[in-house]
Amino acid sequence: MQRIGVFVCHCGTNIAGTVDVKEVAAALKNEPGVVFSTDYQYMCSQAGQNMIKDAVKENNLSGIVVCSCSPRMHEATFRKTAASAGINPYMVEIANIREQCSWVHKEMPIGTEKAIILGKAAVAKVNLNAPLTPGESPVTKRALVIGGGIAGIQTALDIADAGFPVDIVETKPTIGGKMSQLDKTFPTLDCAACILTPKMVDVAQNEKIRIFSYSEVTDVKGFVGNFDVTIKRKARYVKEDVCTGCGLCTEKCPQKNIPNEFNLGMDNRHAIYIPFAQAVPKVATIDPQHCTMLKTGKCGVCSKVCTAGAIDYQAKDEFIEEKYGAIVVATGFNPISMDKFDEFAYSQSKDVITSLELERLMNAAGPTGGTLLRPSDGEHPHTIVFVQCVGSRCSACAEKGKEYCSKICCMYTAKHAMLIRDKYPDTEVYVFYIDVRTPGKNFDEFYRRAVEEYGVHYIKGMVGKVSPENGKLKVQASDLIYGKQLHIDADLVVLAAAIEPDKSARPLATMLTASMDTNDFFTEAHPKLRPVESPTAGVFLSGTCQGPKDIPETVSQAGAAASKVIGLLCKDKLMGNPCVAHSDEMMCNGCSTCEKVCPYGAISYVEKEFRMPDRTTKIRRVAVVNEAVCQGCGACTVACMSGAMDLKGFSSKQIMAEVDAICK
Amino acid sequence: MQINEYKPLIVAFCCNWCSYAGADLAGNNRLNYPADVKIIRVPCSCRVNPMFILRAFQRGADGVIICGCHPGDCHYTSGNYYTRRRMALLFSMLDYLGIERERTRVEWVSAAEGAKFAATMNDFVEKVAALGENKRLEDLRCKK
Amino acid sequence: MQNNNEQKKENILRMNGVNPLKCMSCGKCSGTCPSYDEMEYHPHQFVHMVETGELEPLMKSDSIYKCLSCFACVDRCPRGVEPAKLVEALRLCVIREKGANHMTANDIPKLIDDDMPQQAIVSAIRKYSK
Repeated sequence: MQRIGVFVCHCGTNIAGTVDVKEVAAALKNEPGVVFSTDYQYMCSQAGQNMIKDAVKENNLSGIVVCSCSPRMHEATFRKTAASAGINPYMVEIANIREQCSWVHKEMPIGTEKAIILGKAAVAKVNLNAPLTPGESPVTKRALVIGGGIAGIQTALDIADAGFPVDIVETKPTIGGKMSQLDKTFPTLDCAACILTPKMVDVAQNEKIRIFSYSEVTDVKGFVGNFDVTIKRKARYVKEDVCTGCGLCTEKCPQKNIPNEFNLGMDNRHAIYIPFAQAVPKVATIDPQHCTMLKTGKCGVCSKVCTAGAIDYQAKDEFIEEKYGAIVVATGFNPISMDKFDEFAYSQSKDVITSLELERLMNAAGPTGGTLLRPSDGEHPHTIVFVQCVGSRCSACAEKGKEYCSKICCMYTAKHAMLIRDKYPDTEVYVFYIDVRTPGKNFDEFYRRAVEEYGVHYIKGMVGKVSPENGKLKVQASDLIYGKQLHIDADLVVLAAAIEPDKSARPLATMLTASMDTNDFFTEAHPKLRPVESPTAGVFLSGTCQGPKDIPETVSQAGAAASKVIGLLCKDKLMGNPCVAHSDEMMCNGCSTCEKVCPYGAISYVEKEFRMPDRTTKIRRVAVVNEAVCQGCGACTVACMSGAMDLKGFSSKQIMAEVDAICK
Repeated sequence: MQINEYKPLIVAFCCNWCSYAGADLAGNNRLNYPADVKIIRVPCSCRVNPMFILRAFQRGADGVIICGCHPGDCHYTSGNYYTRRRMALLFSMLDYLGIERERTRVEWVSAAEGAKFAATMNDFVEKVAALGENKRLEDLRCKK
Repeated sequence: MQNNNEQKKENILRMNGVNPLKCMSCGKCSGTCPSYDEMEYHPHQFVHMVETGELEPLMKSDSIYKCLSCFACVDRCPRGVEPAKLVEALRLCVIREKGANHMTANDIPKLIDDDMPQQAIVSAIRKYSK
């Protein structure tokens, strides 16, 4: 039997104004298990807490009920008090007689009656409370960053700076991501390569960072502090540690008409290739789908020309298993497909391009060497039309595009328009916009410069139709301010395609049991107060996998994610929440229902030997809850058909006792 | 006006993260609702076992309401979806047993919706009060 | 009069199931419209005018008959507002007020002509009968 002390707080007049605290204390005195009952002005004050400590010692209490404000307010306070008085902090229950009683009811008798009932419920619960100890788990001091774009690079560098080893897993043969494809960056017009490639080199040279390029995560097990990750290293048929990146093989390879992904298919590459000059790691990769040697066994040119002997046609996919304490997701974005936007004739004309393609056309390392030429005939375009919001801000019922604003298009279009007018002043540039959204430092100034200094024609309206005719693109659009329909003969049309999360994000989220929104962006633990953490403990978010972002924002989020990871990896041990599920293995029938409902993957099954009454043994399959992963929602407790699963701190018996106390 | 004003007994299960906080906010804003509502805190609405609701009716509760986070906002990602499905089944069974549909309810109340919490409770108590005492599942052995 | 107008607006919205509040004024409908230059009021204005209740000038205007019922605006609207359906409801409203169809199914055979696209006849039925 418990020895319970009841402490009723006046909270000045907040409670005592509508609740007769003396009567509550007196009434609860007669409840089963209660050996001490009192009231005081402010229980949460130092004097009040001392009163509780003294009462615990004098009456040898084993449980405490505090009738006061919401447990969301002072539960932690009173738990600490209990701990310092020498009893388990989880032997404390709060009856909320302020927010849910005295503040919402006006009459003293009604308030008092309800306060007594709430107090009785709390006493009934404490009678069934058991001391709980939070579990401890060790922390593996290594972080995994999934994605090697600017977000992943920045996060990895920051974590490595703090002295922790980091691994980057990147699906492409090189790190660098989308930023490596860009020409200039807004609003300062720095060359993307000039600011990105030094960082890529830093990553390559940092002793704490390992790069797994051309690899992907195939399995994640475990929990915060102790993830077991399987990484698949796809066979690149070139020994990474031997290849010097001289590039001779990529010149001699006879298979040379393969669309170059890095230039978005606007030029060709060989079957053995290095994506771009500054690639990290600078190692060649053989594309198995196009290599004649791998397909037919007849060629071997690259192997012959390679002086280092790095080519290995027999290479196989390798799987690495590694332990990590924290995982950062930085999977990034892609522009959406233009298939559903026939009106812009993207698939009919080579001269209708997306903005990312324009980046490559304007990049000195791009297919045209940085000269802006029409993809169809290689002529210099004189009239260029930019279309904003292609696929962004679409209604769900329109069934194409995305509902959100892609955030970066207004600024990069202003950048493109400005750069084109600067380099080719004979070009007329039209930008059709719905709204120009420039909320960022120096962003609006940048856009105004495009209009005022560079003479870009910004037109409020939308392009309705683009039709290729006689080598020109007939653009039909509305000008809403002048109330006209415009017909422009354009040489080049650039579509600001909406961006969407990378396709690898969805299966990854399932592996990590991290939640996603309807657009496949990762959800943050709290939209305002915990923006870089996933609700799944130990998983952090960096960059556009969480929502559309420009480079400055991505870098700051990457740093924030890194600091959260460092904070986690600095700890030697993690304290869990003791209010977790546990299964009574004598009752468990091994049906796996709980395993399926658990949103965290905290429940697993083990074969266990049981001694039967007739002294034989029997092996049964029973559920085991991983206390470090369980967050204590209780979904499994209701799903369990045999009643084996229960939640510590909120056990079925405790809640039932509360129901009984209220309904008595 | 009535001599013996009938007071229904309402048990409310509120999830710790949204609805319990919403109830606290109703208190902070001093939004009145009837004292007949007694709140039990649970970590998530999906912790509410149908047994608890049946037990409440057996012990003489006149109405039971379960409050959770809005769909998609569950602190535990998907708990409230389980609640929604489980309660749909339970309520259809209660309907079959002759417990009026208005005596049970699932509501989504966020931590910011103090006003909605109070309004919901006012409405629920009014509906249950109109139905009168719940005798059908009451277990007289439980009465002292 | 005010109430009458409100009633009419409600009727129109009910008939076509369009919510003009979804419009984000991008102007893609007007950019798309093949008979833009024939019109006094343009597709994006239809949406705005119905929303603000300026129904009289719209119903008196020729513009609603200049619409070809080609449904390009419906297809391309990024917000699913469907201006062509709105126009159709306006025309129906006019026809119902005046009474009598301007065209019946019986008139179709004599209109059939190899040069006339089938779609034009379908559109004509949409436009001139209730």
